[in-house]
Amino acid sequence: MPNNPFTQAGSSSTITRPPSGAERTGDTVFRGIAYACAGLIVLLVIAILWQLGREAAPAMAEHGLGFWYGTTWDVNKEQFGVLPEIWGTLYSSLLALLLGGIFGIAIAIFLTQDFIHHRLAVVFRTIVELLAAIPSVVYGLWGIYVLIPLIRPAADWLHEQLGWFPLFGTSMSGPGLAPAALVLAIMILPTVAAISVDAFRRIPYKVKEAAYGMGTTKWEAILKVMLPTASSGILAALVLGFGRALGETMALAMLIGNANQISWSLFAPANTLASLLASNFPEAGAVEVQALMYAALVLLLITFIVNVVGLAVQQYTMRKFEGKQ
Amino acid sequence: MNAAATPDVSNTSDVVAARYQPEGPTVIDCDVNKIFYGEFLAVRDSVVPFEKNKITAFIGPSGCGKSTVLRSLNRMNDLIPVFRFEGSVMYHGQDIYANSVDPVVVRRYIGMVFQQPNPFSMSIYDNVAFGLRLNKFKGDYDAKVQTALERAALWKEVKDKLKNSGLSLSGGQQQRLCIARAIATEPDVLLMDEPCSALDPIATRQVEDLMLELRQRFTVGLVTHNMQQATRVGDTTAFFSVDISKRGRTGYLVEMGPTAQVFEDPKQDLTKEYVRGEFS
Repeated sequence: MPNNPFTQAGSSSTITRPPSGAERTGDTVFRGIAYACAGLIVLLVIAILWQLGREAAPAMAEHGLGFWYGTTWDVNKEQFGVLPEIWGTLYSSLLALLLGGIFGIAIAIFLTQDFIHHRLAVVFRTIVELLAAIPSVVYGLWGIYVLIPLIRPAADWLHEQLGWFPLFGTSMSGPGLAPAALVLAIMILPTVAAISVDAFRRIPYKVKEAAYGMGTTKWEAILKVMLPTASSGILAALVLGFGRALGETMALAMLIGNANQISWSLFAPANTLASLLASNFPEAGAVEVQALMYAALVLLLITFIVNVVGLAVQQYTMRKFEGKQ
Repeated sequence: MNAAATPDVSNTSDVVAARYQPEGPTVIDCDVNKIFYGEFLAVRDSVVPFEKNKITAFIGPSGCGKSTVLRSLNRMNDLIPVFRFEGSVMYHGQDIYANSVDPVVVRRYIGMVFQQPNPFSMSIYDNVAFGLRLNKFKGDYDAKVQTALERAALWKEVKDKLKNSGLSLSGGQQQRLCIARAIATEPDVLLMDEPCSALDPIATRQVEDLMLELRQRFTVGLVTHNMQQATRVGDTTAFFSVDISKRGRTGYLVEMGPTAQVFEDPKQDLTKEYVRGEFS
């Protein structure tokens, strides 16, 4: 029996008693498990980094920082550089973030701001979230067989009419940045939409009342009050979506064209780090594997930086708008 | 509600309060016939005139519909889809429930302060300037913001941190910020729905002093759960009660008159019991 200094406080009919030893043990055990799990995650990340670093070490010693800005990937000459892949990764992800972000936030506004009945909103939300359940390879196939033929006429027209403009500088030969970015945008849409919906839902009713009480129209309430209030949650949605776009592999390997070049053109084939890894690993020799490990490390670092910067921006907006320290 | 009040309440289903005839000019003449939430009859037969530059206080037990009536005056209840208003609210000769009237316009002239402080998640300055920007005010924003904050008795506390978030303030400061936000555009009428219920006594005193100040420029409608507050600041008091004799709980106006008369010489037994503190 645990020590109870208040035994005199109890009467003959009292029901109060201190928690038993077993009840206390439950707390301790749960805390132990929680600490262990948290520690395990940290260990896992360290293990991955260490393994990658160990296998990439020869390539890192060989190519050094030149690997970051080298533009050729030639196994025979043992020349490895990933600048085109870094460019392709960031370019395609940013395009996807732009499209997916705009549509994702628009969907969140549509679903939460009384545009449709809330039961219908649940149906729409489920459909949007189902997009996340479609396998990446299916997106890739859909991109090849549906999307590319679909956008080709528009791409050709844009190139013919506005070919002087860097974004439309080349004609579309098939796989390239545009179909890859479009598919990526659809893939990150459920992430952005679902988290933004939650951000809007979290806004207390009293904020909505305050906005309408000031005499705002619906759009003024949404743009001037709801969006700023939800901004930190929306930023979190965008960071997660961007992270997903950076690491997406299969669909991009099928759609981006795997060409080592740096081009502003939306219709030119390009390459990303993840798709480089996926396409080259199966047939890579020992030297190339080392270079690929280095490339994986680069990708990991980029994702890490993006997440940290995103988190910092989110913290900043929270402090600025919500006054949280 | 204790047993003593129950007999009175049980046979009041057809009681309609005597119409209060104010002496001065009125700004709002509220004539509620029926207010429904879906099938539920929330308030019936309540005529409440609001005199210019006076504070009209609503008192009554929980669920008597005093907030519902107040919120009907600037069509805030329109946010609730099942809300239905029967009657009229004449404001400068125009029924604000007429089909041609846009609720957005009503709310720009009739401002509101809510029970819970609800500043926007933006800076203190932007909170106060919100209404100015909304109304496309062209002129000296800094001066208007300062005036509003001074009138809300908040300027001294925040003048060095106008860029900080409105949500970083304490509860009482947040409520005064909301008042500053509401009065910055100098609306005609200010509705206050239990503005002190979330505040400590010191902040309450400040807000009450503020109401007496505001009365000189605005017409104020005040819902309060606190009878002392009504006696301290109310010029006119409307006592609402709840009628449980029929299905549902329907609120209605029992008595309205000058505050001193309602508290010292109530005409209705129910009012007498309520102001004596026999039920709440």
